Amino acid sequence: MKIRIKNILIHIILILVCILSLIPFLWLLSTALKGRSENIFAYPPVFIPKDFTLENFKEVLRLVPIVKYVINSFIVAASTVVLNVILSALAAYPLARMEFKGKKIAFFAILATIMVPFQTIMLPIYIITLKLHLIDSYSTLAGYLGLIMPFAVNAFGIFLLRQAFLTIPKEIEESAVIDGCNSFQIFFKLLLPMIKPSVALLAIFTFIGSWGEFLWPSIVLTNEKLFTLPVGINNLSSAFSADYRLVAAGSIVSIIPIIIFFLALQKYFISGSTDGAVKG
Amino acid sequence: MDLKKNIGAYLFLVPAFVVLLIFFFIPFFQTIWLSFFDYSKDIYSPNFVFLDNYFELIKSPLFLKTILNTFYFLILCVPFLVIFPLFLAILINQNIKCKNIYKIIIYLPVIISIVVVAIAFKWLYSPSGLLNFFIEKFGFSAIGWLSDPKVSMISVALVTIFKGVGYYMMIYLSALMSVPKELYEAAEVDGAVGFKKHMLVTIPHIMPMIALVSTISSISALKVFVEIYVMTRGGPLDSTKTIVYYIYEKAFENLDLGLASAGAVILLFVVMGFSVLNIFVFEKDKYKV
Repeated sequence: MKIRIKNILIHIILILVCILSLIPFLWLLSTALKGRSENIFAYPPVFIPKDFTLENFKEVLRLVPIVKYVINSFIVAASTVVLNVILSALAAYPLARMEFKGKKIAFFAILATIMVPFQTIMLPIYIITLKLHLIDSYSTLAGYLGLIMPFAVNAFGIFLLRQAFLTIPKEIEESAVIDGCNSFQIFFKLLLPMIKPSVALLAIFTFIGSWGEFLWPSIVLTNEKLFTLPVGINNLSSAFSADYRLVAAGSIVSIIPIIIFFLALQKYFISGSTDGAVKG
Repeated sequence: MDLKKNIGAYLFLVPAFVVLLIFFFIPFFQTIWLSFFDYSKDIYSPNFVFLDNYFELIKSPLFLKTILNTFYFLILCVPFLVIFPLFLAILINQNIKCKNIYKIIIYLPVIISIVVVAIAFKWLYSPSGLLNFFIEKFGFSAIGWLSDPKVSMISVALVTIFKGVGYYMMIYLSALMSVPKELYEAAEVDGAVGFKKHMLVTIPHIMPMIALVSTISSISALKVFVEIYVMTRGGPLDSTKTIVYYIYEKAFENLDLGLASAGAVILLFVVMGFSVLNIFVFEKDKYKV
């Protein structure tokens, strides 16, 4: 009996927290579904729209190229994921498995990058990106590259995959060496498939991070054709600040793709294996 | 043989190091280099002034205010982000139904872009918005969430907290799974139940994780930017202007590259203090050569 009361109390607290987690988005959704004739500042507030309409969604999709933003975000996030997986896996392997001159230096050089926040070096990164002509005013491809390259690899990814390589027993490799495989064969055919779970984790968290990134794209982008979702939505929110119905509708549309992505891959987020995804 | 072995290792490392060289190591040294120049008079022919930018910053009331603001923000967020997610993780870790649904919903704000979260809160915070309705309903007078310099930083911190709770909760949950069940059983034999059981068993066992969450949430608090950019632009009356916002403004709006870089170097030192603690104390197993 005592346990039941305790459990009910736990459920009540958790349900309250869940409601709080959803309210900002539900209130945005409610606003987006209200028609012109309904006062969005009504007192007391109305949750279920009286003048229910999808007009705001049609209007915002007509006025703002949100679909284009989604495609841009997808191109940037997917490329960032691919580059991170390849570059991190390649760098992680010798750090976990080989003895070579300068290993300590390489290790600490990568470790040092963790200590330096992007925000403190973004100005020189911008200057270098300009000098390399990786800006959207040169070409679309250059614009994409400018968005992607500064995030093509990071220390967290390298250390996450290094940890994964370390857990593979040495004997597996040794038998492959006896069979006459070279380092590259061992890496691609034997070890890489064995660290798939960590690669998946790295891919998913890199995708989420890149998808939500705002600061860097807002600095480098000049051409609206290349706007990613966060930049486009922020732009929309200042352009239509007089009509929050449209801002709300645009924001709701913008979060649909990532919510689908999240629900489809939820087991990776809630399995408790987020340990490697801890970022400073 | 030895050389061949070395070359193999280097070939694996080269791609990552080329990217890090261009987009990390060079910019890192350039930040320090730029901080020694005065760009304010003529951006095309800067003067070498060595440490003058630093002296100027230390004497600038606005810069000092941004530092105080940043630490005020840190104090508002970090204690809550260390304690509340742990409380939630302990609750979810109990033997209850619908665990996964709770986890998914509480984690949801983490995956949604901070820009959209900030827009949603801006709407909640509007003068005749939803929050003020509830405030007035409980008999208080409406609050100028983003217009009153006294509360604006609290409003920003609420957004950061909202976005962070799920993230830290999942970190704690993975740590809780590693607490051996026998420890609880032993504590129960000794007569400890409920809250006391957690104080005796859970907290000491996951202390390293609590320390880690304290440092990583502090580091992200020191780097706060997007919430402020979307909601207040540093206002009202500079009350939400933080170090990163100051650097951004100097670098990309005033084009005062020297001052911006000096500000960045100062931020770098502050963040490094926390990072060093992380890497060499709390997570030393992960970062062992």
